[in-house]
Amino acid sequence: MDDLLFARAQMATSLAFHIVFAVVGIGMPLLMVLAEWRWLRTGEEVYLELAKRWAKGTAILFAVGAVSGTVLSFELGLLWPAFMAHAGAIIGMPFSLEGFAFFTEAIFLGIYLYAWRLIPPRAHLLAGVVVALSGALSGIFVVSANAWMNAPTGFRLVDGAFTDIDPIAALFNAAMPAQVLHMTLAAYAATGFGVAGIHAWALRRGTPHAAFHRGALQVALWVALPAALLQPLSGDLSARDVATRQPVKLAAMEGHLRTGPAPFVVGGWPDERTLTHRGALEIPGGLSFLLTGNPDTVIPGVDAVPPADRPPLGIVHAAFQLMVACGSAMALVALWGGWRAWRRRRGGGVPLPADRPFLLALVLTGPLGFVAVEAGWTVTEVGRQPWIIHGVMRTAEAVTPVPGVGVSFALFTLLYLGLAVTVTFLLWRQILKTGVTPAPLGLTGEFPLPHSAAAGPGTSSTPYGP
Amino acid sequence: MIAELPWTLPHAVAGTMVLALNAYVLLGGADFGGGVWDLLARGDDREAQRALIARVIGPIWEANHVWLILVVVLLFTGFPTAFAHLATALHLPITLMLVGVVLRGSAFTFRSYDRSRDDVQRRWGRIFSVASLLTPVILGVCLGTVASGRVPMDGAPTGGFVARYVLPWAGSPFPWAVGALTLVLFAHLAATYLTLEAQGAALRETFRRRALRSQGALLVLSLVTLALARWEDPTLLAGLLRGRTALAMHAVTSAATVAVVWALLRRRFAVARVAAAAQASFLLWGWAWTQFPLLIPPSRTITSLAAPRVTLQLALWALGLGTLILLPSFVYLFRVFKRTGAPFDATG
Ligand code: HDD
Ligand code: HEM
Ligand code: HEM
Repeated sequence: MDDLLFARAQMATSLAFHIVFAVVGIGMPLLMVLAEWRWLRTGEEVYLELAKRWAKGTAILFAVGAVSGTVLSFELGLLWPAFMAHAGAIIGMPFSLEGFAFFTEAIFLGIYLYAWRLIPPRAHLLAGVVVALSGALSGIFVVSANAWMNAPTGFRLVDGAFTDIDPIAALFNAAMPAQVLHMTLAAYAATGFGVAGIHAWALRRGTPHAAFHRGALQVALWVALPAALLQPLSGDLSARDVATRQPVKLAAMEGHLRTGPAPFVVGGWPDERTLTHRGALEIPGGLSFLLTGNPDTVIPGVDAVPPADRPPLGIVHAAFQLMVACGSAMALVALWGGWRAWRRRRGGGVPLPADRPFLLALVLTGPLGFVAVEAGWTVTEVGRQPWIIHGVMRTAEAVTPVPGVGVSFALFTLLYLGLAVTVTFLLWRQILKTGVTPAPLGLTGEFPLPHSAAAGPGTSSTPYGP
Repeated sequence: MIAELPWTLPHAVAGTMVLALNAYVLLGGADFGGGVWDLLARGDDREAQRALIARVIGPIWEANHVWLILVVVLLFTGFPTAFAHLATALHLPITLMLVGVVLRGSAFTFRSYDRSRDDVQRRWGRIFSVASLLTPVILGVCLGTVASGRVPMDGAPTGGFVARYVLPWAGSPFPWAVGALTLVLFAHLAATYLTLEAQGAALRETFRRRALRSQGALLVLSLVTLALARWEDPTLLAGLLRGRTALAMHAVTSAATVAVVWALLRRRFAVARVAAAAQASFLLWGWAWTQFPLLIPPSRTITSLAAPRVTLQLALWALGLGTLILLPSFVYLFRVFKRTGAPFDATG
């Protein structure tokens, strides 16, 4: 591999790592706030327990998200100096705003974690709401910067120089609304399904804390099911959006290789040289119909641009299919759950937490949201190649002149691998294991301070109060 | 207001960067210093020392990195070509620094959130402390390299990999002296803060001794750094020794130094903390002042590297808006935790 490839691989690894924590940082605060709200409404202790445990898990992941985010802000320059030299002035603002959103999130997460007994219940709940909102805002700002790379606006290109810079126009670029909507929903869907999967697993396995896991499952499903139902709709919006501005990306995603009426291609691996598929199932006119309502509409294919302007076809197509497959599975489970809940309301069937086939489905779809997030970003980023700024600057022009990027790629990959293993191990010990062993849950007592619980606030088992 | 004073915009942004760096030194720096003392914990009560350090850093996690990020973001927004240049010329040390940031942040989190105190925790503790040394030193090396004009934007060094990307920062003592200075400064800040946080008299005395010793080391290192600067290139950093402002800077820094030592000797720990923070800030602003109006010495000024005006304006607006939201949040945070003496007033 050459340095460009290593640089791309390092960026991809760092982002693929960061996005997991970013998604959790957006999704978990919502879950924890809902649990607390539920506790205030019903007075059932399990919901309080849930809110506290989820907050603690969020704190661990939040710190890892902050650290990996710190690395990313440097990496933008370490790997893509020429890109930043031009784009910095245009998309720097959303990054500064993100910093503030993050800071707000950190402050109120601190209040949420450590002030259970110090402020009135409503104020505490409100602090949680602020955490959830600022988490979502963090994501929105950064994704808008990314959308700008897909739909660059807010500047004029004169002899290779960027002039008439308008950061506001860049912030509200044309690709932003669809991408922001899709990403935010994705964060809720992925977190919701992930959490639901974990608790469904515990319920299926049998646990002395069934009430706790039932409560958790319920709250997670409130978030997961609506988001998963909306996600394909939002994805359709995204696809139409891409079709108007990045037709080659769309063609690569859909595996539409030659200009003409577009079939809907399922599976298969495109051959970049011959522009043919191997092992694909084609529904003639399918894509044309989906996009325009007419199966005969001519849609530009990958061959509309010279080979030097095409993204890697196989990866983009495979990643897109993977995302859609995950999304469809999640949406089906959501429909099933909705139908079951509706039947239950009418007095039929067993409650969801006792329905073993449904629990199994949740366990199986649990990881799919995160898979879809990774796949979706692969579509967006690899599909934009060879451009780092669509139609304006090539990735090859942007890469750092420092040789030996392979070494730093290896270094960071090792670092992230080690981190991933440790986070998993910790969460396992911290959150999951205690939930299925006979030991009493008992976190409430020892929460919230990491070390000095003995002296800190919240040691008493009274959750709120002066 | 801003629109009428266009020439001050780049300087306002650059000044904000120094402010953010100042906050990073005072808050994040103390966190790093805590790691140093964690590594050097000695004596029968070393577990108590470590527990104190963990308690003080605890509630802030790695949130203090936000200040460093603010510096970076302002740099790439306000001075994009300077950012691109530094990220290229200082590619290697920055990468090293990031490794330190990642290891330290994660090690600390894992160590403090992991419930059972066993060898897993100790292993994380080791990583945490070693990374705490690496990051400040390299941060100082980077600043020292830039300040002494070793990574010029005009006439950058030519030649092979080593000549271009290693020698500028690794090849001479000055940047390393600044690196060592940074480390000792952070350690001193942490020790001084910790005297105030320690609950028992013995623990307090331990950190008082350490604060005094590190202050001594700080003095020696400052002199060494100055001497090196003179010796390596008398024209660079000339501003350090000339002019009325430079003299004033030296005067206030010295005053703060005397105040730190006095307060520590007399066990006036609250005074010592303020004085130590002032001393560190004066050192930093002194550096900023000698370098002014250059951003990348020896030739590029702040103004010449600045992004278009509208970008700078928006960046400042964003900062203002952010501050409007953050300040009340902070006030609320402090008010909530003040009542209990919970550890939030420690390093943040
Ligand atoms: C839970 C996660 C998830 C799920 C279930 C889906 N997606 Fe997705 N998708 C993402 C998570 C995601 C993402 C990771 O969040 C991306 C990457 C960039 C972005 O803004 O969202 C994305 C990007 C993305 C793009 C590219 C946008 C661009 O390049 O600008 C398209 C066209 C779709 N998606 C379409 C779909 C369709 C038709 C789905 C049908 C089921 C779908 N997505 C499900
Ligand atoms: C190049 C891309 C990115 C950079 C440079 C970046 C940078 C950062 C930084 C620096 C932080 C720490 C916060 C701070 O101290 O300011 C952070 C945290 C965060 N980022 Fe990213 N980020 C990137 C991509 C993303 C994406 C795509 C999302 C998605 C939705 C995202 C969402 C978040 C969230 C929610 C946090 C809060 C921390 C947490 O919850 O763990 N980031 N990011
Ligand atoms: C967090 C979610 C994200 C993921 C998982 C992601 C994934 C990727 C991947 C897979 C690549 C490599 C593409 C290739 O080499 O073919 C890449 C490249 C890149 N991404 Fe993203 N990305 C994310 C968000 C962002 C954001 C928010 C930004 C900036 C604002 C960004 C900026 C870049 C840049 C500058 C590159 C390198 C240049 C390029 O390959 O075009 N990414 N990312």
